[in-house]
Amino acid sequence: MMPHLADGFTSPTFEYQLLAPMLIVFGGAIVGVLVEAFTPRGPRRTVQVALGLVTLVVAFVVLLAVTRPKLGDLAASGTVAIDGPAVFFQGTILVLALLSFLLFVERGVDSAGDAFTPSGATIPGSASERELVAARVSQTEVWPLALFSVGGMMLFVASNDLLTFFVALEVMSLPLYLLVGLARRRRLLSQEAALKYFLLGSFSSAFLLFGSAFLFGYSGSISFTGIYDSLSSGVGLDPLLLIGTGMVAIGLFFKVGAVPFHSWVPDVYQGAPTPVTAFMAAATKVAAFGAMLRIFYVALGDYDWNWRPMFWVVTILTIVVGSILAITQTDIKRMLAYSSVAQAGFILTGVTAASDSGLSSTMFYLVAYGFATIGAFALVTLVRDGTSEATHLSRWAGLGRRSPIIAAVLSLFLLSFAGIPLTSGFIGKFLVFEAAVNGGATPLVIVGAIFSAVAAFFYVRVIVLMYFSDPPDDAPSLALPGAATTLAVAVCAAGTVALGVVPGPVIDLAQEAAAFIR
Amino acid sequence: MNPENYLYLSSILFVIGAVGVLVRRNAIVVFMCIELMLNASNLAFVSFARLNGNIDGQVVAFFVMVVAAAEVVIGLAIIVTIFRTRRSASVDDPNLLKL
Repeated sequence: MMPHLADGFTSPTFEYQLLAPMLIVFGGAIVGVLVEAFTPRGPRRTVQVALGLVTLVVAFVVLLAVTRPKLGDLAASGTVAIDGPAVFFQGTILVLALLSFLLFVERGVDSAGDAFTPSGATIPGSASERELVAARVSQTEVWPLALFSVGGMMLFVASNDLLTFFVALEVMSLPLYLLVGLARRRRLLSQEAALKYFLLGSFSSAFLLFGSAFLFGYSGSISFTGIYDSLSSGVGLDPLLLIGTGMVAIGLFFKVGAVPFHSWVPDVYQGAPTPVTAFMAAATKVAAFGAMLRIFYVALGDYDWNWRPMFWVVTILTIVVGSILAITQTDIKRMLAYSSVAQAGFILTGVTAASDSGLSSTMFYLVAYGFATIGAFALVTLVRDGTSEATHLSRWAGLGRRSPIIAAVLSLFLLSFAGIPLTSGFIGKFLVFEAAVNGGATPLVIVGAIFSAVAAFFYVRVIVLMYFSDPPDDAPSLALPGAATTLAVAVCAAGTVALGVVPGPVIDLAQEAAAFIR
Repeated sequence: MNPENYLYLSSILFVIGAVGVLVRRNAIVVFMCIELMLNASNLAFVSFARLNGNIDGQVVAFFVMVVAAAEVVIGLAIIVTIFRTRRSASVDDPNLLKL
């Protein structure tokens, strides 16, 4: 029988101190929508930029000052868990979003303005588009959209029941579908990427939702704590649990871009405006892995003997396919996309360990990966053919002679992806491999180590191309980055080196934070 | 009637939607199939709520409807933009992004 509402209805409680960072980000996004409606076009962009950056900074400060000392509590009637991993991931997402926002601001590298089309609604190449370009209009809706997405990511890593989990996933994804389609240059590619991302993304969310229904059917509860309890008491039907686990995993594998659910990654990363690619590649991956860790370690923590074999297969496939396909790429954005698929495989190695060290090593790896990714995509925006980016690899030949700084910094990020010592990528790989060995996943580590060498080949190939070949006769122009891009690249480079040379503090932070609450 | 039958129905609807996404060529129809999958999940949630005697499943269904409505707004915006550019809503036509 259905319980009547009047029987056990308690009004929900909200712990505003714990929720404050998320509320600030969502509040900033809503104010951004109002700014869109009520501010005249002249100052609108300035207001939106300031609002976006200030919101993220304030949310980060509040996260550290107010939320962090009180962590370890369930908030909003148990629907949100503000524990160590949640705060760690939220902080990481805010920092990475701030760096990406700096790339969104940049107007110096493209003569016509920022990386976004003046109006997504105009037909590419039409008279109305040319008119808006000439008037230097900019699509300022980008800012509230990106803020909503950041808010969704922060909620996603903290969600503690199936409903919050699904809603947060959609709040994170829906604005991204639009942002992908708003590139200023090569708009047909951008629109195509948006369509592909949207259709495949909602297809995978449907799988995740159907899987959630079966987890609910198995346990009779939508909260992760309830699912964990029913698992340990062993009530419920196993087929429901198996179907639910598998389908939820499909949805999450899609979001992190794991093989065989990776086919969207190269297309979307190539078609999207490069600052959005940086944002997606870094922050979305942190959020998706954060949520994956929570549902599989908290709700299904006692069921790991059943989900780990699936993770084994997907991890090996992701590392192998990602590394091999990256070798064949001729476009630098696509190559970085396949490299991010391979990196997802290395991160999955840590997840598969199913232990506290697996959790903390994954957290560290995501930070290291996020900095290097944003930095690499930021540099892609600087090498240009006329108006649009020169993404074909042959155009990057001889860059080391023409711009030693761009070539050197890009080499640093590529070496970090490859996992060369003294960069953050080495420490990250070392930690996830160590956790996997201790967690009994040695074969995964062997595959990972072999294919690290394969992956190193295509990273080093770009470095060789930049330093040891002659520049083409019609060499691409090198844009002088503005202050915003320079700052973002500098922070990413400093982070990559610092995490490689003195990783101690961040490792300690991750280990300290690596405890989920149920 | 046995509520389990609704679970079978929801699974059938979900499979019809998933197959539709894979075989249909018009972006609008693909999108409708995705909506069918979401609604199949709703039916599953409500059936499980009945089976488990826990009203949470019904609450989820309401939220999913709202999310699906938001998704329609985004999806149609993207599809209409593509259609205006290319005069076609076929998912086979946009094929610039490849190796």
